[in-house]
Amino acid sequence: MSPVAVSTSSAVGKSTANAAAPIRIAVRKLDFYYGDFKGLKDINLNFHDRQVTALIGPSGCGKSTLLRTFNRIYSLYPEQRAEGEIILDGKNVLSPSIDVNELRARVGMVFQKPTPFPMSIYDNVAFGIRLYEKLPRAELDVRVEEALRKAALWDEVKDKLKQSGMGLSGGQQQRLCIARTIAQRPEVILFDEPTSALDPISTGKIEELIEQLRSEFTIVIVTHNMQQAARISQFTAFMYLGELVEFDVTTKMFMNPSKKQTQDYITGRFG
Amino acid sequence: MDTALQASSTAPAPWGRVRRSRYVADKTLRIVCTIFTGIGAIALGWILLMLLYQGLTALSPAVFANTTPGPMTQGGGIINAITGSLILTFLGIVVATPVGIMAGTYLAEYGKGSKLASVIRFVNDILLAAPSILIGLFVYTLMVQPMGGYSGWAGGVALAIIAVPVIVRTTEDMLRLVPGSLREAGVALGAPMSVVIRSISWRAARSGMVTGVLLATARIAGETAPLLFTALNNNFWFRADLMGGVSNLPVMIYQFALSPYQNWRELAWAGALVITLSILALSVVARLLFKKDSVR
Repeated sequence: MSPVAVSTSSAVGKSTANAAAPIRIAVRKLDFYYGDFKGLKDINLNFHDRQVTALIGPSGCGKSTLLRTFNRIYSLYPEQRAEGEIILDGKNVLSPSIDVNELRARVGMVFQKPTPFPMSIYDNVAFGIRLYEKLPRAELDVRVEEALRKAALWDEVKDKLKQSGMGLSGGQQQRLCIARTIAQRPEVILFDEPTSALDPISTGKIEELIEQLRSEFTIVIVTHNMQQAARISQFTAFMYLGELVEFDVTTKMFMNPSKKQTQDYITGRFG
Repeated sequence: MDTALQASSTAPAPWGRVRRSRYVADKTLRIVCTIFTGIGAIALGWILLMLLYQGLTALSPAVFANTTPGPMTQGGGIINAITGSLILTFLGIVVATPVGIMAGTYLAEYGKGSKLASVIRFVNDILLAAPSILIGLFVYTLMVQPMGGYSGWAGGVALAIIAVPVIVRTTEDMLRLVPGSLREAGVALGAPMSVVIRSISWRAARSGMVTGVLLATARIAGETAPLLFTALNNNFWFRADLMGGVSNLPVMIYQFALSPYQNWRELAWAGALVITLSILALSVVARLLFKKDSVR
């Protein structure tokens, strides 16, 4: 039987995947532990440069866990640890010799719930820049504007940069967080279900934005929404119970998956 | 749909099945609660009205112009006690604020889930409920004895010890209200923990933390027992170096209210009114501040 992937299958593969793109992140034999519980089992996976890779799978399958290893944000919690290798720009980011703060400036992250800091819109965007660069005011202004433009928020906030970021709508707050992340000029941006707290119109804007950001950044996105994965990604990885079941070009994954489990999941038979 | 409704074979339950006793129980509880609330409110209102009546009668410009009178002399004021109280409270809060904020920050940010933090939290709660006379005695042995006499410094330290646990507690509580996702977002930008705490956590919890300090100020402004063994009191202007007894409102009220002299008792009322109104003002400011920020 031929799997009818999703209702919006016409949108699948809107932009073609470039499997020849160089590999930006290589995950090798990655295991992850929450205390004694093994959350990820022997993950091996490549992420291509300036492509969007979607991580899909049912709740608790480990897709967010995998995402959170790339910037080692899990290390905030002492009982969590990762073993194996994640190679970024020739270095294993899991190695203790890597400066985590430097790593996090290279690998930005956008969260499920918008997380504007309790400060002005301008200061929110400038926050990440100020951590690593001492710029004169004029240059900082330019960087902030550039980031807000790329995040498709500039026109809505240019007259109220001094106002609190908490006063924006949910969708605007999320774009503010994206602006804050790209202002730092990272190489990779991790999105952890960035639209699950947003309305459909804001979701559409964020998806469009991710499509545009792809020309500059390598993007990994965790999503619960399979249509979303089909719409915006070039590669898709399907995970289940802490294991990587299948990884392929998104069009192939949704039209003709090679594993039965993948097919069952994307046709809504479980998960 | 219609057929489905008609098809339901069981007859609907008859109305009026709720027993009368439930209405009675409901009404009774409501009445009892109202009565006891009334009793509390009446007691409080009585105290405040009495204080306003007696205090306002005793209040006059002279009260703020003169120092406390000697026995058998007419008139007098409480300006030395007001000034002394301001200085002692200021000393206490200046010492307590950094200690309380830092300790509260440790508990909420660094020590989360650690054994040490839970021990500190437990001890802090004990200190929060400790009889304040004990703290006065503790500072007496710690400072008054070695320094050879009462002093404003000892009074300030005693008040600080009362204020610290209040500030620790509110600081920790307010920082815990800051969503963890905000900290993660800061960390994800490559900010070290110290920056996350200073620029994000403290900023997000700022109004709550300031409120805690104001409430601690209000709390120590009216403390009497810890001062009895430390700053004592002074019926004259105290020394500029704060050595020896330092006049202050609570102990002045305590001594004057028990005195046989009419003008002393009136000054005690005036002092009580001044202290109560200042604490009221502090609490109102604290509330407004907290409200203004949490609305956003």
